[in-house]
Amino acid sequence: MSVDKATVEKIASLARIALRDGEAEALVPELNQILGWVEQLGEVDVTGVEPMTAVIPNTLRLRDDVVDADPLTGGGKRDEVLANAPAAEHGFFGVPKVIE
Amino acid sequence: MTNLTELGVAAIRDGVAAGDFTAVEVAEAFNANVAAASALNAFIVATPEAAVDAAKAVDAKRAAGQPLGKMGGVPIGMKDLFATTGVQTTAASHMLEGFKPQYESTVSQKLWDAGAGMLGKLNLDQFAMGSSNETSFFGNVISPWRRKDGGNAALAPGGSSGGSSAAISARLCPAATGTDTGGSIRQPAAFTGITGIKPTYGRCSRWGVVAFASSLDQAGPMARDTRDCAIMLEAMAGFDPKDSTSLDMPVPEWEAGLNPDMKGKKIGIPREYRMDGMDEDVAKSWDDGIAWMKAAGAEIVDISLPHTKYALPAYYIIAPAEASSNLARYDGVRYGLRDLPEGAGLQDMYAATRAEGFGAEVKRRIMIGTYVLSAGFYDAYYNQAQKIRTLIAQDFAKAFEQCDVILAPTCPTAAFALGEKMSDPLAMYLNDVFAVPASLAGLPAMSVPAGVNREGLPLGLQIIGKAFDEQGVLNAGLAIENAAGFTATPEKWW
Repeated sequence: MSVDKATVEKIASLARIALRDGEAEALVPELNQILGWVEQLGEVDVTGVEPMTAVIPNTLRLRDDVVDADPLTGGGKRDEVLANAPAAEHGFFGVPKVIE
Repeated sequence: MTNLTELGVAAIRDGVAAGDFTAVEVAEAFNANVAAASALNAFIVATPEAAVDAAKAVDAKRAAGQPLGKMGGVPIGMKDLFATTGVQTTAASHMLEGFKPQYESTVSQKLWDAGAGMLGKLNLDQFAMGSSNETSFFGNVISPWRRKDGGNAALAPGGSSGGSSAAISARLCPAATGTDTGGSIRQPAAFTGITGIKPTYGRCSRWGVVAFASSLDQAGPMARDTRDCAIMLEAMAGFDPKDSTSLDMPVPEWEAGLNPDMKGKKIGIPREYRMDGMDEDVAKSWDDGIAWMKAAGAEIVDISLPHTKYALPAYYIIAPAEASSNLARYDGVRYGLRDLPEGAGLQDMYAATRAEGFGAEVKRRIMIGTYVLSAGFYDAYYNQAQKIRTLIAQDFAKAFEQCDVILAPTCPTAAFALGEKMSDPLAMYLNDVFAVPASLAGLPAMSVPAGVNREGLPLGLQIIGKAFDEQGVLNAGLAIENAAGFTATPEKWW
C-alpha cells in the first residue's frame, strides 16, 4: 500500500498537524519508503498467533475506589495542574471559542 | 590528589563513605567539567546548585553518622525525559520548552533518595525518537570521540540517550539515566565506549517519564562499567503503584550478586544476527566476545531467532502507533507550547501548535502511527505487527530453553558522522536492528564496551537475558568487561 498527497493531508488532519506549503509533497516519498519497507511483515504466516497485549505477564491492579486514594495523584491539585497551562483563567484551562 | 572526575559510581560512593574526599568536592569537580564542555552540547540545562546541595546533605549525613544511601555522594546526569520538580523538562522538544513539572518522576526521586545529586538535564533525541541525537530542538550532541584518521568529523554519540552517553564518556558525570524504547540506552553506550543496561520491562517506573511508546519504554542506568550500572539500577528499580505496568517484585541486590565466572553457563549465539555484509570489525569483536566467554568457562550454543528480520519493521509500526496516541496530549491547552493564529478556533490551534512544536522526525512518526491505526489499515499493519511481536517473544522463549544469556553485537557499525544518515530515515532506523528484538520482547539487555575498530572508535557487545534475570546479564557483562580490558578514552578536544 502506498500513500498519495491527498492521503498524507488526510493523515495530517487526523493527527492535528498543520502542513506548510510543500510539506505534504515532501512527506509522500518519505512515508512511502517506510511503508514499503514494513510491507514485508505481510510475508509472515501468523495463523493462530495472538497479537501481543502485555510483553511481561502482569496483572492490572485496581486501587481502592475512594477519593484521593493516592495523595500524589489524587485531587486537590488544581494550582499545580494549571501551573504550566498556556492560558489558565479563573481556575480553568482557557481555550479559543469552540461554539460560534 | 585523586582526579575525582576519573572515578566511577562505586569509587565515589566508597570514597565519600570512607572520608577520602567529600561529596561537595566531587560535585564541584564534575560541575567544573560540565561548565567547560559546552562544545559537546550534552546538557540542555546544568544544575550545579542542585548537585552541590545534594552533596552537602550527604556530607552532613556522614558527619552525623547516618547511612548515605546506595548512591551517596554520586552526582549524576538526568536525561531530560524525566520530570524534575521545578527544573525545565523538555524531552528535547520545542513543544515542552519552558515546561517546569510540579512533580518528580519516580525514578529520579528514588535516585535522590539514594543520595545522588543532579548535575543537569541531558540532551536527547526529540521525544526520544532518533539514533544519533540529531533530532533535538536544542541542537546536536557531539560525541567526544573522533576517528583516528586525522580528520575532525563530528561523530554521533548515538541516541536517543546521546547526552547521557557523551557526558559519561567525556567525564562530565560518572553515570546518567537513560531510557530505552528500541535501543536508546544500548546503542549510545556502544557508540561511546560506556556501559548501559535496559532492565526487564516494568522494573523501573515509567511514572514521570515523558511517554514515547509505553509498551516498550524502559529506564535504565548508563555508567562507566558493569558494577556502576548494577549499583545505579538497584537505586532506580522497584515497584511503583503509580505505574500500571510496574513489576511488583523485590529488587535484587545486583551489585552483591556480581560474579564473572561463566562455568556451567550457556551462551547463545543467534545465527540470524550474523548478517550478510556485516562490518568486519563488528564481526571480529563478536568473535572475541565468544572466545572470552569460552575462556571464562561458558559453553557456546548456536541458537536461532527466526523472526529477527521482522523485528525492526514491526517496531516501526508499533512504536509510532503508540507515539501517535501518547503525543496526542500536546494540544496547546494544558501545558507546553500554544500557537494560536489570529482568529483561529480550537481545531486550528491544535494543528498550528503541533506543527510548530514537533520536529520533523516526531511528525513523521506521528503520521506513520496515525496511518497504521486508521480505519481500514489497523489489521494489515498494527495487528499484524503485534502478532509478529508475539512470534519474536516466542523465539526468545525457545532460545532460552537452550541457553542462559544471548551474546550479540550491540550495533551494526561504530559511531557514524553527524549528518551522514539524517537524510535517510530508513538507514537511521537500521542502526537498531540488533537492539530492537529484545525491546519488543521486554527482555533485559545491556551493552558493554568490547574494543575499538580500526578507526579507534568503540564497539559494544550486547547481552540479552531472560525476563527478570538482570543478574545473569550483568554477570555475563562483567565477564566480557574483565576480558576486554577496555581502557580507551576520547582525547580531549572540547
